[in-house]
Amino acid sequence: MGHLILIFHTLLSTLRDVLPIVAVIFVFQLGVLRQPIPNPKRMLIGFGYVIVGLALFLIGLEEALFPLGRLMAQQLTAPSFVYGAAMPTTMVASWHHYFWVYLFAAAIGFSTTVAEPALLAVAIKAREVSGGAISVWGLRTAVALGVAIGIALGAFRIVTGTPLQYYIITGYLIVIVQTLFAPRLIVPLAYDSGGVTTSTVTVPLVTALGLGLASTVPGRSPLLDGFGLIAFASLFPIMTVLGYAQLSQWRAKRARRAQPE
Amino acid sequence: MPRFLRPLWESVRDLLPIFLVIGFFQLLVLRQPLPNFGRLVVGILFVVAGLTLFVRGLQMGLFPLGEAMAYAFARKGSMWWLLAFSFALGFGTTVAEPALVAVAGEAAKVAANGGVIAATSQAQAGYALGLRITVAVSVGVALVLGVIRILKGWPVQYLIAGGYAGVVIMTLFAPPQIIGIAYDSGGVTTSTITVPLVAALGIGLASSIKGRNPMTDGFGLIAFASLTPMIFVMGYGMLM
Repeated sequence: MGHLILIFHTLLSTLRDVLPIVAVIFVFQLGVLRQPIPNPKRMLIGFGYVIVGLALFLIGLEEALFPLGRLMAQQLTAPSFVYGAAMPTTMVASWHHYFWVYLFAAAIGFSTTVAEPALLAVAIKAREVSGGAISVWGLRTAVALGVAIGIALGAFRIVTGTPLQYYIITGYLIVIVQTLFAPRLIVPLAYDSGGVTTSTVTVPLVTALGLGLASTVPGRSPLLDGFGLIAFASLFPIMTVLGYAQLSQWRAKRARRAQPE
Repeated sequence: MPRFLRPLWESVRDLLPIFLVIGFFQLLVLRQPLPNFGRLVVGILFVVAGLTLFVRGLQMGLFPLGEAMAYAFARKGSMWWLLAFSFALGFGTTVAEPALVAVAGEAAKVAANGGVIAATSQAQAGYALGLRITVAVSVGVALVLGVIRILKGWPVQYLIAGGYAGVVIMTLFAPPQIIGIAYDSGGVTTSTITVPLVAALGIGLASSIKGRNPMTDGFGLIAFASLTPMIFVMGYGMLM
């Protein structure tokens, strides 16, 4: 019975999230463009699939993966795990004790990004538009690597307590320099991949990790230091996607040069 | 492989890394047994089925609809209606976004702790609502800017570099406690349903206008939608 109620509630809240989009589409399609919806039956089934699929996806995450992820974030950041039996009496955090936390941050960042439905949607579009030159897996791996690096670095920032803006502004500078040298075609897609990485799957797990860290590391406040991981996760994929494009361009150039005339 | 099993297998493959990471850390690093094993298996089945349906639904419904609308607007030739549609889409999809509701609530707590607003629940609710509307307006503005860019064919990097400069300048003046929230709000605004629709809109527009390349001009809308909220939220923090 409890499960049925949960399924019903999730369906209802998914429906509520979709409703504004459907309303905007209807008003403009019928009121402004004055056109019937093309292929209405297929469209309706598609919308139904999206809503039911998203609801099932969220229920599964909420039931199984999120509680476990939150529990693990708590356990990995607990002082008794980080310092082992030798709990320090001085309350100064030393960043190298948090080795497993960085590794967990990177691993969870990578794996949740690969599963992110929004990224999959953009990757499918990129493959279509590029005529197959950008493979779905190439883009997803590049973005996931970026998120992994970003979240690990973000965890390091929380442990050391350095100001967020230094990292982000340095990141912007690197992105701008990379943009000057990267192939033109990839630039807009790379910028987009920053925004799509952090939605349904990544945000709850990453937020749990950030808050867990900020509340257990001595001298950090969860309200001031707990935020910022998502910003890292949306900045670093831009760098890795640009880097991926530069790398493939450079390799193509080298292969051409290596060919005898 | 039977036709209906293939998408299911693709979903399993997409989710496999999460299961591996959780298994590895739980069993080898933390050395704890998996709690509620039965519940975990049921949840995983739900996630796999859900992702499969979602992707199928995208290709049947949201993608073709977004592109059909973009073509219709391009044919109609009315820029104002197109911009109004972009704003409504950005504002409408963001104001109800659950991730944003959560972040706005946290931000109100921070503001109350920092003494910026009164520590009553009423003042906090007002602050959170104001923040949500600020972010929703900023996403609407972002889509309008992004669509103008596609129509005019401006290179995306100039606008993004300008936006970065805006973020840096605002960071210098914004109260320190709002900075983390502002930076995060850029990432949380773009939801799972908004992204496919906005991507289809951009690519549809770029491919229906002569002289635009869907690869260089079609992408970039989401980038704007994750940049402007940072600037607007810091502005909100300075005014409040």
